[in-house]
Amino acid sequence: MKVLVPVKRVVDYNVKVRVKSDGTGVDIANVKMSMNPFDEIAVEEAVRLKEKGVVTEVIAVSCGDAKCQETLRTAMAIGADRGILVETAQELQPLAVAKLLKALVDKEQPQLIILGKQAIDDDSNQTGQMLAALAGLPQATFASKVEVSGDAVNVTREVDGGLETLALTLPAVITTDLRLNEPRYVTLPNIMKAKKKPLDTVKPEDLGVDVTPRLKTLKVSEPPKRGAGIKVPDVATLVDKLKNEAKVI
Amino acid sequence: MTALVIAEHDNASIKPATLNTVTAAAACGGDVHVLVAGQGADAAAQAAAQIAGVSKVIQADGESLKDGLAENVAAQVLAIAGNYSHILFPATAGGKNAAPRVAAQLDVAQISDITKVDSPDTFERPIYAGNAIATVQSADGVKVITVRTTGFDAAAATGGSAAVEKVAAAADSGKSRFVGREVTKSDRPELTAAKIIVSGGRALGSAEKFNEVMTPLADKLGAAIGASRAAVDAGYAPNDLQVGQTGKIVAPQLYIAAGISGAIQHLAGMKDSKVIVAINKDPEAPIFSVADYGLEADLFTAVPELVKAL
Repeated sequence: MKVLVPVKRVVDYNVKVRVKSDGTGVDIANVKMSMNPFDEIAVEEAVRLKEKGVVTEVIAVSCGDAKCQETLRTAMAIGADRGILVETAQELQPLAVAKLLKALVDKEQPQLIILGKQAIDDDSNQTGQMLAALAGLPQATFASKVEVSGDAVNVTREVDGGLETLALTLPAVITTDLRLNEPRYVTLPNIMKAKKKPLDTVKPEDLGVDVTPRLKTLKVSEPPKRGAGIKVPDVATLVDKLKNEAKVI
Repeated sequence: MTALVIAEHDNASIKPATLNTVTAAAACGGDVHVLVAGQGADAAAQAAAQIAGVSKVIQADGESLKDGLAENVAAQVLAIAGNYSHILFPATAGGKNAAPRVAAQLDVAQISDITKVDSPDTFERPIYAGNAIATVQSADGVKVITVRTTGFDAAAATGGSAAVEKVAAAADSGKSRFVGREVTKSDRPELTAAKIIVSGGRALGSAEKFNEVMTPLADKLGAAIGASRAAVDAGYAPNDLQVGQTGKIVAPQLYIAAGISGAIQHLAGMKDSKVIVAINKDPEAPIFSVADYGLEADLFTAVPELVKAL
């Protein structure tokens, strides 16, 4: 069975982005870019399913400009078998990405689609659920454990108040949470091997998808800053401040 | 113009996140209706009818809605979506799960995690872990929204007297089945609704120490307990206590961070708290840059001392 794993190229999680002074967005010129951490967990999970013999092929997909090839190569270095780049210079919003992925699901017929639960740039947390709805598939978001058996998959999810387990009929969509696995380090030989793996490029038009953005960003601004606080010398002063100055206890 | 709020509830009562979402819905400018989708949820529907500012409650009751499966909840919302200009979910695990299915099937963009309503079609939302605020305008006919509850005051839970209208429950999708739930038992206030939160980090060193040090402080203050991602990943605290960009977003009156260095992902989840206290022995810890009161000390002596002094 095939697994499709969409991966997004985002600003590295260690980078603190700066808002551009003209308010049109954040400055991402010359900052380090990486694979979205949740997507890395998704690739790792798919590759582990292949290593267990449950899955026969892992296909990584990325939507965006030509530089997303790097992200696909990283996915292939972790162990994905091939990559598909849906190339466009257009800004892509979650609904558009979900439609592109739906078209690829129709074409590739994977039994599982594993995505990160959210991208750490736009923090939308939408694409997996949207894809599931468009493709008429069941979903298990925020997964911390995935067990495939026959034509079903049991997924433990991280929800408010604890954990819950769902059983989904395949094909199905899963989105990953942090505790699902710890992605492996990519080794040099695997990076070299990944360069030889097949990478196809398609355009949104080839898939018959209109990717025009629906949301217009009017401006991007700095969040309100917190005023500088003070250091207190000891616990007694702290308690006094909380009681008499801040009046919160 | 009418807004629909999807209630977060446990059949017996309405969860506080619903109240903040009602306030956001009212800010969109029209009437506010609330959908209570569940099984045996009469009490929750009655409670929703009491919320100030709600003009109608729609109760869908049936087996298919018992466990809040996203497929069925979304189908339920879609069955009545035609009547609404705005559909708002609280940005809880349940809301985030179902909302995008509704948006995709209506072929509209979703606006996630809004913190402010500027006008009926323009909203503010944090991006990049709250390091930037985007103002976005939607051109779609229906606005599907998730609401960051810390961005809006809670509507009054009483004072309203809306009529409750019952509708048929959506059919089960047949593709997803609820198997079981492991609920973390706790008498403490819910993390996202607590007035005071005490949060522990990696410096606690073990699950035993985490309990031993943080529990007495939480007991003394009647506080909820939170944790940093590092503490959760290390197994010191359960996952549903994680505060941060991808965990819970909280804004209590008082947030006490003990042994938390303050990675940007953690700060994203708590920097809107009214008063922040940081206890850390590293003077360079980034948490001090957002703390109103910083105490540079070893938490293993400072926290027990604090418990005694309170």
